[in-house]
Amino acid sequence: MDQDFCVIGGGLVGAAVAFGLVRAGKRVTVLDEGDIAFRASRANFALIWVQSKGLALPPYAVWTQTSARRWKELSDVLLRETEIDVGLNQNGGFTLCLSDAEVLKRTSKLEKFFASPGGFVFPYEVLDQAEVRRRLPDVGDSVVGAIYSPLDGHANALKLLRAFHLYIVRNGGRYLPAAAVEKIVPKNGGGFSVFSQRGEVQAQNIVLAAGLGNKALGQFVDLNCPVRPSKGQIIVTEKTEPFLDNAMVTIRQTDEGGVMIGDSQEEKGFDTQVVDPRILSVMAERAVGMFPRLAGLNVVRTWSALRVMSPDTFPIYDESSSAPGAFSTMCHSGVTLAAAHALELAPALAGDGKLPQLLSAFSAERFNVPKN
Amino acid sequence: MRTLGTCDEIGALYDLLVIGAGPAGMSAATRASKSGATVLLADENPGLGGQIYRGITSTPVQNRDLLGESYWKGAGIAEAFTASSSDYIARCTVWSVERAGKEGQDSFIANLTSKGRTVTVEAKQVILATGALERPFAVPGWTLPGVMTAGAAQIAMKSSGLVPAGPTVVAGSGPLLYLVATQLKAAGANIVAILETGALRDIARGLRHLPEFLTSPYFGYGLRLLMKAQRDFSIMRGVSDLRIEGEDRASAVRFSIKGRERSIKCDTVLLHHGVIPNINMANALGCAQHWSQEQQAWLPTVDENFQSTIPGLAIAGDGSAIAGADSAAVKGAIAAVAALDRLGMRSGDTNVEDARLRRDLARYSRGRAFLDYIYSPSRDYVVPRHDDTIVCRCEEVTAGQIRQTIRELDVRGPNQLKAYLRCGMGPCQGRLCGPTVTAVMADARGESPETIGHYRNRIPVKPITVGELAQSPQSESAIKAVVRG
Amino acid sequence: MYRRIDEKLLQSHQTPVLSYTFDGRAMTGMLGETVAASLLRNGVVATRTTPVSGAPRAPYCMMGVCFECLVVIDGIGNRQGCLTPLEDGMTIESQRGKRRLVEAVRK
Repeated sequence: MDQDFCVIGGGLVGAAVAFGLVRAGKRVTVLDEGDIAFRASRANFALIWVQSKGLALPPYAVWTQTSARRWKELSDVLLRETEIDVGLNQNGGFTLCLSDAEVLKRTSKLEKFFASPGGFVFPYEVLDQAEVRRRLPDVGDSVVGAIYSPLDGHANALKLLRAFHLYIVRNGGRYLPAAAVEKIVPKNGGGFSVFSQRGEVQAQNIVLAAGLGNKALGQFVDLNCPVRPSKGQIIVTEKTEPFLDNAMVTIRQTDEGGVMIGDSQEEKGFDTQVVDPRILSVMAERAVGMFPRLAGLNVVRTWSALRVMSPDTFPIYDESSSAPGAFSTMCHSGVTLAAAHALELAPALAGDGKLPQLLSAFSAERFNVPKN
Repeated sequence: MRTLGTCDEIGALYDLLVIGAGPAGMSAATRASKSGATVLLADENPGLGGQIYRGITSTPVQNRDLLGESYWKGAGIAEAFTASSSDYIARCTVWSVERAGKEGQDSFIANLTSKGRTVTVEAKQVILATGALERPFAVPGWTLPGVMTAGAAQIAMKSSGLVPAGPTVVAGSGPLLYLVATQLKAAGANIVAILETGALRDIARGLRHLPEFLTSPYFGYGLRLLMKAQRDFSIMRGVSDLRIEGEDRASAVRFSIKGRERSIKCDTVLLHHGVIPNINMANALGCAQHWSQEQQAWLPTVDENFQSTIPGLAIAGDGSAIAGADSAAVKGAIAAVAALDRLGMRSGDTNVEDARLRRDLARYSRGRAFLDYIYSPSRDYVVPRHDDTIVCRCEEVTAGQIRQTIRELDVRGPNQLKAYLRCGMGPCQGRLCGPTVTAVMADARGESPETIGHYRNRIPVKPITVGELAQSPQSESAIKAVVRG
Repeated sequence: MYRRIDEKLLQSHQTPVLSYTFDGRAMTGMLGETVAASLLRNGVVATRTTPVSGAPRAPYCMMGVCFECLVVIDGIGNRQGCLTPLEDGMTIESQRGKRRLVEAVRK
């Protein structure tokens, strides 16, 4: 086996894992698709979001917070190694609420979570209208309250992806685009042959990080990857003077100056070209309600992409029992979890060759679906 | 023609929506309304004419010798449109068009924004007549103040009666270069030199198309223009390695010619090496397109009636393929007639009209293949050689950065490149960098532009404000998709 | 960098003169001119600086596709000067870098 790991999928998940593996000295090949592919990572809203994560699955809260805590470390390494500043901002984030009912609903969810056994505490504040206005002077009248967490933040997802890719190719890893995988064959005695559009890769271990593509690929190695596309749209404005340092869950100003407005969720199958103007309109209206000054900003582009969504929305991490050394990784929070993937998951795979213990809660077995 | 001042005056439903008020758009609207179709023509410019007939109803250049008779032909087209029963709204951006009807039923919903107001219009048929733009001419220094396209100088002249004040260099390839230089000189500009950057390879192709050109409507006119230009201007041919110099504004051009370096002081540099269809809207709406080797451009895929791959949506004029103003007018009429047929609104002996239109189209198509040949931009200017040449003007991404990223990360297409480097993410939405990016990638990878592909565009097709976007219609399912939990 | 064609050559009709300011300087324009054309005629060299590097830019295409002619008109930034007809009394400023936000809502 000439490769230690073949990572299938070069998006934020695959690239983060591959980065960590290369850093640990492993021989790694990343296989990615071509120019036109689903590429959820290209449309990532780029939040590093802790609040409200894992309320129904405590290990997710732990995993998320671990990642948030190690994000600075990741950012520093990438800056040092690739000279790319990925725009990390962890000055706290807000979930703005447009009605008292919304504040109540979110607050009671949090309280219930903390009261439950295994509820992993994270710092948060419930802000009333006056306090929101004090901290965010530009906020609109329709914002009646907010949930704030100091652990929340955002980064530049595209710079992050480029930094990961550059690190991989500059440090002995291989990154092969236009190499969609067609077949995976586990070998007797260990290892895998991965057949792609650019030929065969033989690796001791494989990591399926192909997002929605994992569903089909998992079948080759007895890994259940029950993910479905959840379409989201994003609006991006022209560059404007910095006015919003913190991220809101649906509004953030990037390090480049443009304002990103999200987010929507639709079950629309696999189409990413068509952007629904009605959804854009709703997002735009709500954004203006939250920050009236956004009304005058020009919308320069919109994106639409497919989140990699599991049945309960939480990530899936697995190792195949019939083909050990085959791992699957899927989530729709590729930026939040980037540090965990790069600095926890990858070193664990590189070290004792197993997923971190915490991740056993994320096995697809939790869905009780019989394996194909 | 009923001129609408604001979006609120626009009707809810039209038989035909025409986008663009150049020769194709005006002709389409005129023809369709003649058969009783209700027509709305929406255009983002302040007046009729598109680019080729810019300012046709308002130009201060009333001396017809300055712009020439080919320009004034547009007056007749504008008059006919003005006399038609069409609705017309200027300074209006059509930023989305979607098919709305059931299978087999043509129906479209378009969002229009003008002066801060957004409305939705339903139309049974749509004709895009959004025309062309100049092929980007990326050379070192092309972003300096004082550097413009030759077409821009023509627009400044047509719409506002202006000429460049100081010494002006005109550079590039193709007949438009001579036309613009001649018009500007007649209007009093100081054209110090015409620098020809074309390098006509594949002479066999030129010779093959030459006979048809000689008997085309373009030959006589072109020949007279060329001969006059020879007498009137200092023309330098085979100019390579063109660079524009200056601190905060253009102050000179530098280039190589016959192995020698030369420079010419100037205030204004006008660049031109052909025009290409403006495909952003067609692309965003989902129309298929293909690469044309002859025109060195992406063309929307249309049938002989200029119907795109979206039934009921046609693309007429230079927006479907570059063929000039006369051809554009005929194409607009053909597209209108096809729309009328789809609406069941054409009566009488349609064969006579169809035959005439096809004859006219054939007449104006004669010689175009040769013009495509001599319009061919030189490869050395389509693919910038200097690494410090800015390719994406909006995000200031250079050719060198693009080539380095392609090398390091084996980038396969412009969309992944956009994600890595931000080229194409600015307000021009890739209009001025897309062609160069595709060309640089094709050159770097040794692949065809067709293989490389192009940016995927999405609505809004031109920038509108968040507030204007928020005025457009919503729906129950849209609200549910956003306001969750 | 641009000037009006000699009136005798133009044979144009009388055009009303408009007054406006650019970066505080008083200027005149003509009815029917676009903002971009008028600025060029008044000798303005750079109409904006870019939000990425601060480089000086000026109109390039004059037809609304290049977005180089962006100026601030009556407090609203990033307006395409080449698509905006000049109006009497306009307050026009160069677009320096990123769009400012403390502005009137567009009419």
